[in-house]
Amino acid sequence: MTTPPTPASTADATHARRPAIAPHGVAGAAPAPAGHPELAVRAAGFNSWYGQFHALKDLALDIPARKVTALIGPSGCGKSTFLRWINRMNDTIPGARAEGTLTLDGGDLLDRGMDVVELRRRVGMVFQKPNPFPKSIYDNVAFGPRLHRKHSRTDLDELVENSLRAAALWNEVKDRLKSSALGLSGGQQQRLCIARAIAVGPEVLLMDEPCSALDPRSTASIEQLIRELETQYTIVIVTHNMQQAARVSDVTAFFYEGRVVEVGDTDRIFTNPANKQTEDYVSGRFG
Amino acid sequence: MPPAPDVVAAARNAAAASRRGTERSRAVRAATERLVKRALFGCAALTVLSTFTILTILLWQSVGFFAMPEVSLGDFLTGTVWSPLLGDEKHFGIWPLVCGTLLVTAIAAAFALPVGLIVAVYLSEYAPRRVRAVLKPVLEVLAGIPTVVYGFFALEVITPFLHGQVSERFGTYNAASAGIAVGIMILPIVASLSEDALRAVPRSLRDAAYGLGGTKFDVSVKVVVPAALSGIMASWLLAITRAIGETMIVALAAGGLARMTADPTAEVQTMTAYMVQIFLGDAPATGVEYRSSYAVATVLFAITLAMTIAGDLFLRRFREEYD
Amino acid sequence: MAQFAVPPTAPSHRRPADIAASAPPASALARALRNRLFLAVCLACTALAVLTLVVLLVTIWREGSGSLSWDFLGRFASRKAADAGIKAPLWGSIWVCAVCALTALPIGVGTALYLEEFAPKSRLTRFISINISNLAGVPSIVYGILGLTAFVRLFGMANPDNPIEIGDPESFLFLRLPFGSGVLSGGLTLMLVVLPIVIVSSREALRSVPRSLRAGSLALGATTWQTTWNITLPASVPMIMTGAILAMSRAIGEAAPILVLGVPLFSRATPVNLMSDFTVLPLQIFNWAGRPQAEFHDLAAAAIIVLLAVLLTFNAVAVLIRQRLQSAAN
Repeated sequence: MTTPPTPASTADATHARRPAIAPHGVAGAAPAPAGHPELAVRAAGFNSWYGQFHALKDLALDIPARKVTALIGPSGCGKSTFLRWINRMNDTIPGARAEGTLTLDGGDLLDRGMDVVELRRRVGMVFQKPNPFPKSIYDNVAFGPRLHRKHSRTDLDELVENSLRAAALWNEVKDRLKSSALGLSGGQQQRLCIARAIAVGPEVLLMDEPCSALDPRSTASIEQLIRELETQYTIVIVTHNMQQAARVSDVTAFFYEGRVVEVGDTDRIFTNPANKQTEDYVSGRFG
Repeated sequence: MPPAPDVVAAARNAAAASRRGTERSRAVRAATERLVKRALFGCAALTVLSTFTILTILLWQSVGFFAMPEVSLGDFLTGTVWSPLLGDEKHFGIWPLVCGTLLVTAIAAAFALPVGLIVAVYLSEYAPRRVRAVLKPVLEVLAGIPTVVYGFFALEVITPFLHGQVSERFGTYNAASAGIAVGIMILPIVASLSEDALRAVPRSLRDAAYGLGGTKFDVSVKVVVPAALSGIMASWLLAITRAIGETMIVALAAGGLARMTADPTAEVQTMTAYMVQIFLGDAPATGVEYRSSYAVATVLFAITLAMTIAGDLFLRRFREEYD
Repeated sequence: MAQFAVPPTAPSHRRPADIAASAPPASALARALRNRLFLAVCLACTALAVLTLVVLLVTIWREGSGSLSWDFLGRFASRKAADAGIKAPLWGSIWVCAVCALTALPIGVGTALYLEEFAPKSRLTRFISINISNLAGVPSIVYGILGLTAFVRLFGMANPDNPIEIGDPESFLFLRLPFGSGVLSGGLTLMLVVLPIVIVSSREALRSVPRSLRAGSLALGATTWQTTWNITLPASVPMIMTGAILAMSRAIGEAAPILVLGVPLFSRATPVNLMSDFTVLPLQIFNWAGRPQAEFHDLAAAAIIVLLAVLLTFNAVAVLIRQRLQSAAN
């Protein structure tokens, strides 16, 4: 991957760019500790295309570790595209390509030779619509761990229980772990998807509008969950709902037409935005 | 293990638990992935291989056929006499066989294309749900009946009917009987594929036509059918391709006399029936008669291939319109 | 549908409603009549299709039911109609279909998996796709020619008069090169005939699995194959099986490609291994139906009843599998 010229953007440009060092997520029990405790994902001079469509333009964004970062902005502004680059889900879309710097814990995310399978184990994802597999609740949660390791039966039971507890679903499903996940309500299904993501032991959790298909009560429980999980994971959440961004996130980045217009502490973005477009958007004047 | 008191502790426990157990080998996983992909590609490549093998065999044997002293390519493509088995002077002009095939196909198409389309319109636009629930399986059964059964039907029912009720001129073997049986065989293809095309026409179009005060006839015939035309054409072409390639019905009911005629009461021989005659007989594998069947097969293959490609073009256009 | 004629210069001052009213009204009666008439034509055509099926089935039953007995299933063919049975073609059909199913299913589903899950968007992939739809249009008798050259004669690579033989010809484990016109050649030839059907229906089945399921698995760090094997394939199995059974119904009814292979028209033995001589039900029907004597036509009808019964069983099994798997998924 070539490194393009330094991007001009509102993000902190004084931050010394670290070289993209390749080996990360080395095989072993514990993932490599973050070289820079504050920083998880870093994008600089990042461009992305779908075929001819230039989806992300010269993007610069730093995502802090073990905090909740919200990506907001009108539809089609590129927030989901950006999210899907962090675990390379865009690889599944024909014609999607990217250039520039995008690193996770200093490791180049755009490396062609990178093991995307290993990456996705470190970076979990929760999708817009709950997508439980047509399997039992237990098998849904155990699916990921089984892919990567040979767990003993008791370990796997424990892992499933803790993941479901971490997703605040255990009490509702503990008596029917063997029944189909498709029998759960929408909110339960989405929490199951969160449990499923947690079970592989990720460092980063990407959430692509995780509440947009849910009713208000389920939304509230998932938002609370996000706040509680924050100390354990780096969470990046895409949302259309500005109240939600304000409620759950520590840092907010405002995307507009493929660029990051403004990024900063959530409180500041919502009370005292520096940029006029940001102000218009968060106050509901457009978008 | 004591139950975790809260979400954060549970998450911490889950993270720890996910690191327990022995890691599966990444090398094995990558190797499996490569191996599987190659094996599956091998399956796909096999389909291409079979096309190429067909082409090679047909062309190779045809070249051998045309290299024989009795035959010339010009006579083959323009000749109107096909007499490879009778007499001393053998003639290899393909037209009588093509003509026989076309006659049977034309009779089949004249019956099956309009009737099939009308059945499709009825199923898609008119039929109450319960009637549909009965008719669809009937069509499926018709479509699933082996063609040799239709050949038997032609000999036992259609030919005696034509001879007894229509005209004495219909002989034991005739083009009409085979053509009607082939028509019955392709009818379900036309009906079910055309129905798929009609049902793919968006509801909004029907609503608009009804909204302008159209009767059911107006809506079906003037709006829905034209909108689904390329899909209907594709179903027609597919059905005609099947009719041209149909073997057992014509081998049983059309007869074995290769001649140029448009008379439906006459005995004719189709390309496929000729191939059956050769392969059933004991013609020596090096003889000119035997080789001629490959040349006939090449012509048959070329015709059906052209029809299939044309059908695909219609189908693609239809999909572009409504997908 | 109507086109508005735009006047070149002066705009018309008449209101659209007036213009519409100025034309003579179409007779409401005529329109209603036409509507009725068309419905009548529809019903007539549909009735014709149903009637055909009824006449077909009734004829076959009337002619064939008299010859039908357990003896008929257990006897070999004979020159005397009264002694003839379908033991050889019945077992031949079973053997050949088994070979066909065991080869066409893995290869067909494998091709579908490659094209839907693994293949890059390339010219080659497009070519393979187009090629498959062309193969579907190839007449089955042409596949017979392919089978004759590729399997029966093995491209002339081995001498048919002095074949290489491995194992005991009387036991199941027996291989002969070239294969000759035995069960294996027949099954593989039918495999080629039904392969496009299996591929097309399997691709449709795979396409019906929502993308979100695949994304969910990939996002957990599953490889493409792990996703395919654990998620996509199980979700599409009912549809794949339905398509496969339809393909087998086609295979069991095919006579033309088998005929080209040069199988014996009179077979007085059931197959013991993949190299054994065989004949199939449709070919026996063809043979009997083509004879001038009426008593053989009755035998053909009886054999048709057996063939149709097998086909109906196939379809019933397909419906059963579909229902069983659907209820298991829920």
